[in-house]
Amino acid sequence: MTKDDIRDCFLEELVKVAPDIDPETVQPDAHLQDDLGLDSMDILNLVTALHARLGIDIPEKSYPEIATPARAVDWIALTLG
Amino acid sequence: MTFDIIRKGAAAAAAMSATSDPDWDALIDGLPQGGINIAHEALDRHVAAGHGAQTALRWLPKDAGPQDISYAALADMSSRLANVLCAHGLVAGDRVFGLLGRQPQLYATALGTLKAGMVFTPLFSAFGPEPILTRMQIADCTALVTTAAIYTRKIAALRDRVPGLKLVLVTDDDAPEGCVALGPALRAASPEFTTFAADPETPALIHFTSGTTGRPKGAVHVHGAVRYHAFSGRYALGLEPGRVYWCTADPGWVTGTSYGIIAPLVNRVTMIVDEAEFDLDRWYATLAREKVAVWYTAPTAIRMMMRAGDDAARGHDFSSLRFLASVGEPLNPEAVIWSNRVFGKPFHDNWWQTETGGIMIANTAAMDIKPGSMGKPLPGIAAGIVETADGTVTELGTGRIGELALRPGWPSMMRAYLHEEARYAKAFRDGWYLSGDLAMRDEDGYYWFVGRADDLIKSSGHLIGPFEVESALIEHDAVAEAAVIGLPDDTAGEVVRAYVTLNPGFDPSAALERDIRGHARKRLGAAVAPRDVVFRKTLPKTRSGKIMRRLLKARELGLPEGDISTLETDET
Repeated sequence: MTKDDIRDCFLEELVKVAPDIDPETVQPDAHLQDDLGLDSMDILNLVTALHARLGIDIPEKSYPEIATPARAVDWIALTLG
Repeated sequence: MTFDIIRKGAAAAAAMSATSDPDWDALIDGLPQGGINIAHEALDRHVAAGHGAQTALRWLPKDAGPQDISYAALADMSSRLANVLCAHGLVAGDRVFGLLGRQPQLYATALGTLKAGMVFTPLFSAFGPEPILTRMQIADCTALVTTAAIYTRKIAALRDRVPGLKLVLVTDDDAPEGCVALGPALRAASPEFTTFAADPETPALIHFTSGTTGRPKGAVHVHGAVRYHAFSGRYALGLEPGRVYWCTADPGWVTGTSYGIIAPLVNRVTMIVDEAEFDLDRWYATLAREKVAVWYTAPTAIRMMMRAGDDAARGHDFSSLRFLASVGEPLNPEAVIWSNRVFGKPFHDNWWQTETGGIMIANTAAMDIKPGSMGKPLPGIAAGIVETADGTVTELGTGRIGELALRPGWPSMMRAYLHEEARYAKAFRDGWYLSGDLAMRDEDGYYWFVGRADDLIKSSGHLIGPFEVESALIEHDAVAEAAVIGLPDDTAGEVVRAYVTLNPGFDPSAALERDIRGHARKRLGAAVAPRDVVFRKTLPKTRSGKIMRRLLKARELGLPEGDISTLETDET
C-alpha cells in the first residue's frame, strides 16, 4: 500500500467513527481529540476499525502515534512494512 | 463468580477510629469577620496561616514542562478574577460559567467567582453547542470564561440567545470580537479583594445533571457544603495537608469540582492537574515522577489500563501511592483485583451523585474491600434500600433489591433544582432522598449497585439523559421519532444507541446512518451523541404515545419484557 492508500483508508474509517468530520477539510496535523473532537471511546472504535480494515494491532501504548492523520499514516506505513 | 475480600488488618481500622464520629466543622474556620466562603477555606486561610509558598497545583500542560502555582499565587489570581468580574458590573448571586479544560485559569475562575459571592457552574468543554446553550439559558448565565477557540466554534453564533450574558472572558491574550482577554485583565486588576461573607445557605455552585424527561436539571449547592467537602475528602480519600493528590475527573462534572478543586484545596494538598486526556504512558509516568500519594480516577480509565496489560505498567515506581479511589460508575471486581496486583494497592470504589455534592458511600482505607461493592455509608450518612408503593416509601431488609435512598440533612446536599420546584420535591419522600439508583445491602452492611431505576444512561462516567439526545436527533430532516437507550459496554460501562423512524421520502442506508450520527455529534459532542443509530418502521409506544425505551433495551439484551399492558403500538 502506498501512503496515499493508507491515508484514504484512515480518513474513511475516521469519518465512519466520527461522521461530523468533513474528510475534505481535515488537516494532516489536526489532533484527533483536541481539534477534531473525538473522545476516548471514538479512539478505541477507530483502532478496532483499523484492525479490521488493515489487520494491524495498535496497542494502547501506541495511541499517541495515531494522534494526527499525518502521524497515523506514517506509523501505519512503518507497521505494515 | 465471587472474589476474595481484600483484608486491611486492625491497624488500618484503628488509624481511622478517631474520626468515626463526624464533626463536619472540624476542618473549617469560617471567615474572621463572620460568615463562610468556600474560597477562603480553600486558599486565603492557608496563606494567612503561613502556607502561601506551598504548591497548590502542579500543572502539567499538554506539550510543555510542569508549572507550579502556590497557594499564595492562586489566592492572588482568584482575587484579581473577582475584581475583574466586579469591574464589569457583576454582583453577588450572578452566574459565572466555566467552559475550560484543566488549565490554571479554571481554578482561579471557580475560586474567584466564589470569593465574589457569585455562583459558579462548570461545563464539560467537549459538549456541543446545544447542551451548552440549554444550560446557559436555564441558569441565566451572566458571565462565561472559556477559550477563544471554544467561543468561536460553539458560542459566537448562539450568544444572542442568552440575553443575560454580559461578559465573555477568554483565556487567550487575543480576544475575539465581543470578548475580553483574561490575561491582560488579570494583570491590570488589583490583587486585593474582600471575600464575600456568605451565609452557609448562600448558593455557591450549580451543577447540571441529566433528567429522563425534560431539560437538564441544575442542582444548586451552597457555601456550607464546604464542611462536607472537607470532611469527606479527609475521611474517604485521605487528603491530608501536603499530600500529593491527583484527581483525573474532567472539571465539567461534579467530581472535578467537589474533589478536583474544593476538597483538595480545603485540605491543603498539592494537586496534580494534567491538561491532557487519558494517555497510558503519560499517566504511569506521572504517577511515578510526581510521587502521587492519593489518586482518584474513573472506571473507564482503569479498564483502559487493564486492557493494556500488566507489562505496560512494569518499570514504573508506584511506591508513593497510598490510596486509590474510583467513582463515576460501578467498578467491576476484576479491576479491583487487577489494581491490587499492579499498583500494590486496590482501587476503592465509592458512590455519590451530583445531587449529593459529596461522597456518600465508600470503601475507605480502614475497611476490608469486597470487590464490586461500593462500600458503606460514611459517618453521619444514613442510607437505606427502599421501595415506593402507592406513594409510600418502605425500607427493605438485607439482601433485597430496591432504590438506594439517603436521610436528608448532610451539608453538601443540593438545595434546589433551579426553577424546578416540582422535580426537586419529587426527589424527596417520607423523610428520604430517593437516588434513582437500584442497589442491595448485604449482611455486612456493604452496598452493591444493581442499575438505574430510570432510563438514564451512564457512559464513561457521564450521566446522559435520553430526552436530550432524542431531541437533537429529531431535528435531523430524516428523523421522525427517536428512542435512546444505553447498551452494556466493557470499557465505557454503557454506550448510547438510538432507534429512529424516518420521515416520508427517506430510506434507511449506511450513509443516512452516518449523516444522522454526524448531526448528533455536531449538536451534542462525542461523549453524548449515539455511537450507533438503527432504523425501525415504528417504535413501541404506550397508549398515551410514550416511547417504551425499557422495552427496546430488554429486547436488545434478551431480558424479560416485564409489564407490557400499556403497549399500544409495537416495534417493527
